Amino acid sequence: MDEAFLQTFWISIKLASLTTLILFCIGIPLAYFLTYSTFRSKVVLQALVSMPLVLPPSVLGFYLLLAFSPNYLFGGWLNNWFGIRLAFSFAGILIGSVIFNLPFMVNSIQTGFSNLPASLKDASYTLGKSRTTTISKVLLPNIKPALLTGICLTFAHSIGEFGVILMIGGNIPGKTRVASLAVYDEVQALNFGMAGKYAMFLFLFSFIILLFIYSVNREYQKWKRF
Amino acid sequence: MEKVLIDLHVKKKLHTNEGEGELDVCINIPEQALVTVFGKSGAGKTTLLRIIAGLIKPEGGFIKVGGQTWYDSGANINIKPQLRDIGFVFQDYALFPNMTVKEQLLYASPLKEHKYISELLDVFHLKGLCERKPGKLSGGQQQRLAVARALARKPRILLLDEPLSALDSEMRLALQEEIIQAHTNFNATTLLVSHDVYEVSRLSNYVYVIDNGRISKQGKPGDIFNSAMPGRPPADEGPNCYCSVCGSLRQ
Repeated sequence: MDEAFLQTFWISIKLASLTTLILFCIGIPLAYFLTYSTFRSKVVLQALVSMPLVLPPSVLGFYLLLAFSPNYLFGGWLNNWFGIRLAFSFAGILIGSVIFNLPFMVNSIQTGFSNLPASLKDASYTLGKSRTTTISKVLLPNIKPALLTGICLTFAHSIGEFGVILMIGGNIPGKTRVASLAVYDEVQALNFGMAGKYAMFLFLFSFIILLFIYSVNREYQKWKRF
Repeated sequence: MEKVLIDLHVKKKLHTNEGEGELDVCINIPEQALVTVFGKSGAGKTTLLRIIAGLIKPEGGFIKVGGQTWYDSGANINIKPQLRDIGFVFQDYALFPNMTVKEQLLYASPLKEHKYISELLDVFHLKGLCERKPGKLSGGQQQRLAVARALARKPRILLLDEPLSALDSEMRLALQEEIIQAHTNFNATTLLVSHDVYEVSRLSNYVYVIDNGRISKQGKPGDIFNSAMPGRPPADEGPNCYCSVCGSLRQ
C-alpha cells in the first residue's frame, strides 16, 4: 500500500486515540460537576462545553491559530518560556481536536449520570463511602453504555475532523495531514482514485464504530433485564 | 428515665406542590426506640430524614446525637453524611444495579465482616440469593436487601423512608414483622417515615404527626389515632420537648 496513505492513516488514528484518551480523563470529572454541582454559574460552563456543536470549525480554528501564534500573548509566552510552537504542529491539532470534541464526550457521560437515580449516590454516602469510591464503584459501573458512547463518538468524530485541523495544522504531509484533509487535497489535484480510497476508509470506519456502539448497547440492555 | 439519643430542632424551607412552606420541628428520640414520623405527602417527613442523614442542609437549628453535634447553624457545624453513624433505607431502595446481593453487603460493611454478613443474609432470608443482582429480585427481596445493606455498617441509627409503600398488603405485613425483628436483633435506634396508620400502629411505640412542616401531635400510636373517637383522652399536641435554640418547653 502507498506509504503516504499509511502515514496519513496513522496520523488520523493517533490523533483520534490521543484525543479520546485525554477527553475520557477530562470528561468524567467535568460531566460529574455539570450533573451534580449546585453552583449557579455552571450554565456558563455548560454553554462553553457545548459551543463546538454550533460554532463553525473554521471559527474555532481561527481563534486557536491566533492563540498559538508567537505574535500573540499565549503563543508568545509558550515560545519564550518553553520554546514550544503549537501552530502547524501535531500537538497543536491535538489541542484543537480535544476542544472541538469536548461536547461529544462530556454530554454522553453527563446523560449517563443524569439518568441514574440520585438516590444511588446518596445511598453510597450514607454507607460511609467517599465521593471517589462512590464514583468508581457505583456511578461509573452503572453508566457503561454512556461511557462507551462517549468514547466511540469522540473517536469517530476525531477521525472525520476537517475545519479545525486545516486551520491549525495546515495540511502538512507526515505531520498534520489526516485522512479527511487528504480527501479534499486529492480531489483538488484531480486524483479521484486516491480520494476514493480515503473516502471509503472514512465511510467504513464511521459505520463500523456506530454499528459497534448500537450492538453493545443492545446486548447491555438485554443483560440488564436478565 | 430513657436516655435521649437524638435531640434535634431544625428549620428548612419546603417547596411542595401546594406552595412554599417551612419545616420547623423539634424531636427527642430515646436510645433503641422505634419511632415513626407520620403525615401526608409533602408534609416534610422525607426532608426531615434526609436532614438527619446529612443529605440536605437545614437553614437553622441543631442535631445532636449521643452528645455529638452533627449540625449546629450557630457554631457552623455540619458533618458529612459519611461521618454520621446511620443506615438509610430509601423509598426506591437505591440498590446498586451493578452489584450482587453479597457484593452490596460487602460494600456497605467497613470491615468486610463475613460472619456478620452471613448473619444478615440469614435474618433477611437472602442466603440463596447471594449471587443475584437487584434486577433479578422481587420487590420484597429488594426491600429486605435494602434494610440488610443499611444494617451492614452496624449503624447506631436506622432511618427508613416509607420502605414498604411499593409493596402489596400481604408482603407489607410480612416485612413489617421483619423490621420489628431487625430492630430487636440489631438494637439500632430506628426512625421510620410512613403515611400508613396501620403500619405506624404496628411498628412503632411512639409517633410524631407532622403537618405542614410542624409537629401537630405526638404520643403512643394508640392514643394518637384513637383520640378522635368518643371517650378517648386527647393526644399531646405540639412540641413537647425542650429546645435549646427557641427555648420552648415540654408540655
